[in-house]
Amino acid sequence: MMGRAPNFLELSLFSVMWSEHCGYKNSRPLLGRFPNEGMRVVQGPGENAGVVEVGDGWALAFKMESHNHPSAVEPYEGAATGVGGIIRDILAMGARPVALLDSLRFGPLEEEHNRYLFREVVRGIGGYGNAVGVPTVGGEVEFGRAYSGNPLVNAMCVGLIRVEDLVRSSASGEGNLVVLLGSKTGRDGIHGATFASDELTDESESKRSNVQVGDPFCEKMLIECCLKLLDEDLLVSLQDLGAAGITSSAAEMAAKGGVGIEIETDRVPLRESGMEPTEVMISESQERMLAVVEPEKVDEVLRLAERYELVGAVVGRVADHGDLRVLHDGEVVGTVPAEHLADAPVYERDVVRPRYLEDVPELDLSGLPEREDYNAILLQMLGHPNFCSRRPIFTQYDHQVGTDTVILPGADAAVMRIKGTDLGFAATTDGRGRHCYLDPRGGGAATVAEAYRNLSCVGAEPVAVTDCLNFGSPEKPDGYYQLAECIEGMSEACEVFGTPVVSGNVSLYNETDRGAIYPTPTVGMVGVMQDVNRRATPAFKREGDMVVVIGSGSPPSLAGSDYLEIVHGRVTGRPPSADLGSEKEYADLVRHLISEGIVDTAHDISSGGEVVAVAEMALAGGLGITYTEGEFERKIAGQGRGRTDVALFGEECETFVVAVPWERWADFQAAVPGNVGYDQIGTVGGNRLTIPGLIDVSLSDLKEAYERDLFEQHAPEGGHIG
Amino acid sequence: MRIGVTVFPGSNCDRDALYGVERMGAEAVELWHADADLKGVDAVIVPGGFSYGDYLRPGAIARFANVMGQLEEFAKSGGPVLGVCNGFQVLTEAHLLPGALLRNTHMRFVCDRVRVRVETVDTPWTAGCDPGEELTLPVAHNEGNYFADPETLAELEEEGRVVLRYLENPNGSANDIAGVCNEDRNVVGIMPHPERVSDPALGSDEGLRILRSVLVGAGV
Repeated sequence: MMGRAPNFLELSLFSVMWSEHCGYKNSRPLLGRFPNEGMRVVQGPGENAGVVEVGDGWALAFKMESHNHPSAVEPYEGAATGVGGIIRDILAMGARPVALLDSLRFGPLEEEHNRYLFREVVRGIGGYGNAVGVPTVGGEVEFGRAYSGNPLVNAMCVGLIRVEDLVRSSASGEGNLVVLLGSKTGRDGIHGATFASDELTDESESKRSNVQVGDPFCEKMLIECCLKLLDEDLLVSLQDLGAAGITSSAAEMAAKGGVGIEIETDRVPLRESGMEPTEVMISESQERMLAVVEPEKVDEVLRLAERYELVGAVVGRVADHGDLRVLHDGEVVGTVPAEHLADAPVYERDVVRPRYLEDVPELDLSGLPEREDYNAILLQMLGHPNFCSRRPIFTQYDHQVGTDTVILPGADAAVMRIKGTDLGFAATTDGRGRHCYLDPRGGGAATVAEAYRNLSCVGAEPVAVTDCLNFGSPEKPDGYYQLAECIEGMSEACEVFGTPVVSGNVSLYNETDRGAIYPTPTVGMVGVMQDVNRRATPAFKREGDMVVVIGSGSPPSLAGSDYLEIVHGRVTGRPPSADLGSEKEYADLVRHLISEGIVDTAHDISSGGEVVAVAEMALAGGLGITYTEGEFERKIAGQGRGRTDVALFGEECETFVVAVPWERWADFQAAVPGNVGYDQIGTVGGNRLTIPGLIDVSLSDLKEAYERDLFEQHAPEGGHIG
Repeated sequence: MRIGVTVFPGSNCDRDALYGVERMGAEAVELWHADADLKGVDAVIVPGGFSYGDYLRPGAIARFANVMGQLEEFAKSGGPVLGVCNGFQVLTEAHLLPGALLRNTHMRFVCDRVRVRVETVDTPWTAGCDPGEELTLPVAHNEGNYFADPETLAELEEEGRVVLRYLENPNGSANDIAGVCNEDRNVVGIMPHPERVSDPALGSDEGLRILRSVLVGAGV
């Protein structure tokens, strides 16, 4: 390709750029399956972030990215720089970052090391996000053995921009100058991208020096400076420096623009002396951006950088030769065609169904004894780390800075307003690792469906998706099959829902000596609201509201459920597959009820089943619920097929709980199409959750189980209940 | 009325404070840290954030910024000054307010909404409140644990210079103190963020009770 053997510097450039992290060499053929076009899509995959239109000329730039490997060995800085990196992706589009979300997975908290990772990752997210002044408004956390020692840390950022102000990253204009902005370049994070594309081993701990160190103060200045530079129309294009540092940014800018870029490494401001050109080129020092600037505007750019206390330096120029050329003291020390660097080879692999999937049976309930102490089981579920209150986490994040957070953390999705308009947007992150393990295709679809339901439950119209594909090694048949099948399932769901995938990233090689993680694609979905004042939360709000379950009546299932794992210690069974058309139909109906102002209380029935969903609504609102006499017996006999545990805790597809005020009952009935089934199950009020003959618990007991401090957990999971 | 909002490198509630000033019906004026110029404003808000990254100590570097000299003169001549969160920390570092803000006793950042009681209406920033009025205000800080020596605390209590008091203490503050004023009562520092609840669209505009007080004092 180059017609000669590359030298050491050139080889280093290929090493980082052709890593899975930067080059997607294993995943690229599969990623092409994702639908990525839609009415509201302004920018699909290929830029620093996807962009969708909201209305009135406003657009959202958003993306999610993984920082799993760095967080495994240095959790505080790994998580912090994950936040910093995703913010710069949004900034590179010219958008002001306005919301952060985090999707996290850890091993069980009985293990001290997992507690350490959990505590430090949360501290790292807060430490960076709080200082940089972008609110952390949502996310999710889950614990499971499959993530022991290999946590998943996926950070999502949403930015707000006027459509006409969007910036692209392609370099252009021979003779234009390349300016490096931000902090100085040091030896931190050398070969971070290569490290992130390997399995985690005992030696990984020794790779702390591969992990970058974040400076949120510098990032805050970088945000304000770049937005100012764009506002004054001083930049031709802009690109963040992430994995593979200057190499990646310059190669991508050049390749996209069909031009060359020459970098003079001796002009890069350095944090330490004696750095080799190779080190300068692949350093992953944080808080840096690369801009292409017309020569006559350079002085003003550098002046503004100084005003924001940033280092700004001309480090190169745009050339017509199409190469990424590295110079040091005027001598060429490396030349590589930019398009080759940015175009890693692709490995096509065979998709072979793993043997373990043949052994996943349909769940046989006859072998599952039915426990009848339902009060205790409900408390055990609510107290489990996967269900209990997230307050101890989100109170460590500044979720209100910016004065745009309309729904505070704890609801199905975060809701933000757009100042000066009635417009709003919602965002959620969701993952279903166990489901994807037991049924990769069904789990992939269910992950997208979960996000679709969550946005609908706050009243937002879901519009597009970003994803992090967290998987084991693609070089092993199981890992590759899971990746391929999850992508297929996600793609099918995205097509039915009309929510294209506009950005994302891939994190493979999530394996330790204990094996691979559950295949865990996480989905970040954004939705738009034409009137942000028409919204809903799960919290019961008024005594006397009628509680209604809306759904297709598909049977609840314990297969692969949280109930089965938490109460019976079993991970087995094929979870039911969602009927994607029905999912959309019912979610859209719930959203319609909210946008018409008929209901302001909605929640989906998901993990934990109906009774957990209802308990969460009662806890959020501080109001109880009494089921109508005989109502639940009907469900047990019908959908539950005689099993009380199935009816109470079985996971359901396309099913929602809403609370309807009495005075809106007629409107509710009129708004629900004749073919849609619903049951009025009970009434909001009092301070107990009562299902006659089955469950009767006070809110204070529910609260005691639910509101526990996850950071002080030492006992085995669920161990505080007899 | 024109109200200035200081902007230090790393301030991140400056835009929220400017928005809050607009919501209270006054003219907002940005005061850049490097400019020794208060632009003739009638009152100054020192906003929250992480000025200079909170490196060294919160507020420790900001107090040496160019704008601070003028601000100190303004404060000493009786001009109304409100420090919010990091702004409170800056004002204690500049010795415009007594005491210091230490790490929260539970050693965690805390972002929440807390109930506070207005302990004195004899300041420009509480003059529009009712005596003993209870407000629910957001807090978001790592170092909000108010500390002063016993003599200073006794003096603050005796002279009625505790401005806001937590009804549920989120950070271990001495005497549940959420805000204090100086001897002349024109400089007030509080940890809660009134600017974050200045709009019913966000569920509450109780923060305007604080912010609008300065209009009452000025007879606007």
